[in-house]
Amino acid sequence: MKILVPVKRVADPDNANKVKVSADGARVTSEGLEWKLNPFDEYAVEAALRLNENGASGEKLGEVIIVSLGPDEVQTTIRQPLAMGADRGIHVKADDAELDSTVVAKVLAALVAQEKPDLVLMGKQAVDGDSNTAGQVLAELLGWPMATFAMAIETADGGKTLTIGREVDTGVLTLKVTPPAVVTVDLRIVAPGSVRNGVTPDAHKYGEGARYASLKGIMAAKKKAIDVRTLADLGVTDGAVVTYTKFERPPARTGSVRFVESAQELVQRLKTEAKVL
Amino acid sequence: MLAFPQGSRYQLNGDSFSGGRRRGPRPRKAPLVAFHPYTEEHELFRKQVRAFAEKELAPHAEEWERDELFPNWVFKRAGELGILGAHYPESAGGSGGDNWFSIAKSEELVKCGSAGVTMGLLVQSDMATPCIAELGTKDQIAEFLEPALRGEKIAALGVSEPGAGSDVAGLRTTARVDGDDYVINGSKTYITNGTRADFVTLLCKTDPDAGHHGISILLVPTNAKGFSVSKKLSKMGNWASDTAELFFDNVRVPKRNLLGQEGMGFIYLMQNFQSERLVGSSSAIAGAFLALDRSLDWGRERMAFGKPLIKREVWQHKLAELYTKCEAAKALVYKSADAFNHDRYVTQGDVSFETTKLIAMSKLFVGDVASEVADQVVQFHGGMGYLEELWVSRYFRDQRLFRIGGGTSEVMKYMIAKLSGW
Ligand SMILES: Cc1cc2nc3c(=O)[nH]c(=O)nc-3n(C[C@H](O)[C@H](O)[C@H](O)COP(=O)(O)OP(=O)(O)OC[C@H]3O[C@@H](n4cnc5c(N)ncnc54)[C@H](O)[C@@H]3O)c2cc1C
Repeated sequence: MKILVPVKRVADPDNANKVKVSADGARVTSEGLEWKLNPFDEYAVEAALRLNENGASGEKLGEVIIVSLGPDEVQTTIRQPLAMGADRGIHVKADDAELDSTVVAKVLAALVAQEKPDLVLMGKQAVDGDSNTAGQVLAELLGWPMATFAMAIETADGGKTLTIGREVDTGVLTLKVTPPAVVTVDLRIVAPGSVRNGVTPDAHKYGEGARYASLKGIMAAKKKAIDVRTLADLGVTDGAVVTYTKFERPPARTGSVRFVESAQELVQRLKTEAKVL
Repeated sequence: MLAFPQGSRYQLNGDSFSGGRRRGPRPRKAPLVAFHPYTEEHELFRKQVRAFAEKELAPHAEEWERDELFPNWVFKRAGELGILGAHYPESAGGSGGDNWFSIAKSEELVKCGSAGVTMGLLVQSDMATPCIAELGTKDQIAEFLEPALRGEKIAALGVSEPGAGSDVAGLRTTARVDGDDYVINGSKTYITNGTRADFVTLLCKTDPDAGHHGISILLVPTNAKGFSVSKKLSKMGNWASDTAELFFDNVRVPKRNLLGQEGMGFIYLMQNFQSERLVGSSSAIAGAFLALDRSLDWGRERMAFGKPLIKREVWQHKLAELYTKCEAAKALVYKSADAFNHDRYVTQGDVSFETTKLIAMSKLFVGDVASEVADQVVQFHGGMGYLEELWVSRYFRDQRLFRIGGGTSEVMKYMIAKLSGW
């Protein structure tokens, strides 16, 4: 299978207290932040690699292409999946400020037209904006079937059909999808047995979580190609549809932990003191 | 041997960092001088080590501390990820990286939250093994080093003895030639990884009358007859690491297990100590920074007399001092690390006296700074700093080792004086 995996860099949540709002409230500043691969995108990369390999022998069964949009530094973000085992990358140059889910989806649609992948496998959302929309917009633009929140993917015929388990409130909803398709993944997609491709023996044990890039992989990634495109190259010139009017920090935490005697007292205090009811 | 084209650390504003002459004209507006030893590959590697430490090790830290042993799979997994052999040449089973990979690794491993685990891994990668890469024959590399870097064979360094610690030359373990073998008798103590090591990089006297010049290094498989672990030692800290007393009762190893030349062991060890002290220092100072950062989080939340502790000027000043000392210590460690990398990886020679002195200074200074940090973070946490519930008391007892293990602070001062020619 040929799989396209879009990835985004996000501010490392461990540095959360370095996230600042500019004085005029116009934007969240990114200076001094450490970046990391959006965790859900990392899971998508892992799922793509598992779909396209014999996990026991390491034999490759298809191509995994990584795409990221952003300034030049996102090439570092692309190197990580390449070091994990993906085959090549595409960097679409853009300012972070120019992007929203719609622009991203249009760019991906243009790349899909060029690359003709069988599957676009992506994180269900980025943990910075938490929009959870890019995959859905992309499927709409392409007119492709879509499965969101995938926690299991199974195929037995080289990817001609996919059986996808989706995590929903009441349990797991199983869909059969005929590619090409857009699939967004949830955390559990990286559980040891979540991805079955009919080639990796069932007895093969994957680790919990996304694989690490070994140093050998890191060295090899250096030599893998990253194509650079611009928004204009891909004919995406309309600009973002979402505009932000103002950012502000949530009010500083003031409260201390207090114990209450009864549910009645709790409700009372939530009404009169916390004013949240 | 290294092929990292981008971001060479020997460039400083276009100058050669290693003292060469300025090539171009001085830039009009000098940019902030920045010392960047790390390329994109180092940074990616660093993130992977951090993820390994935080996700695969840290969740077990409490359990392993209680068990006074971390499991063997940790070596295996670290080997698989290329963490142990990152800075070894490919010909020795490594990945061909420079020494900054090792520094980055030592800094990130502390995030596992158990200094014992970090120490066990560093013994494997930087203390018991560097001399094998340096001096080993093809067979020795295949039998000992390669499986050690894969994490399949666990390595220990056997130097200290009940009667000889700082005074290495006073060691009494002997190895005498008998036919095609050496026959080893004696004991070693304080040996990290000692209860489960597959081999010991062993210092012993092959000529008991020749002082320094009678010392040699043998590679000793622990399944050899006559080898035993006489005792597992209980310690103040670093609980997750096993420390053992080893006993050698007519242990036979073939002559081909001699590392390098007979009688050169002391000199080899002095070289080997340098990587040990260097990663020990980089790891310890990273641990001190981590302790301060974690304390800040506490200080923001902990209220006293109506204000968070961090808003008290007394603590602001104390933390300002401690961060300053840590930065200074780290700068010294990085200077040593650069000198070491230059000696060993760029010119590929021995560690120079000048570098040895810098490393001794690093270990000495880091030891003092880390101890002060440890003492003050306990104070900052008050009663919580004294309880076992929090990381603080563990950090306090663990870091204390650094002024003793790998050569005491007094020995570092002795070396600085001696290398200065006083
Ligand atoms: C947890 C742990 C793990 C260890 N792991 C290993 C290991 O894996 N392999 C290994 O070989 N060793 C290991 N060691 C041993 C360690 O390297 C020694 O403890 C250290 O070198 C000090 O030696 P010693 O304990 O014999 O102290 P001593 O040499 O007896 O020193 C006692 C005190 O006297 C001081 N002193 C000694 N000589 C002088 C002098 N000339 N002038 C002034 N003061 C002096 C010392 O600085 C120290 O304060 C480990 C130790 C510990 C505690």
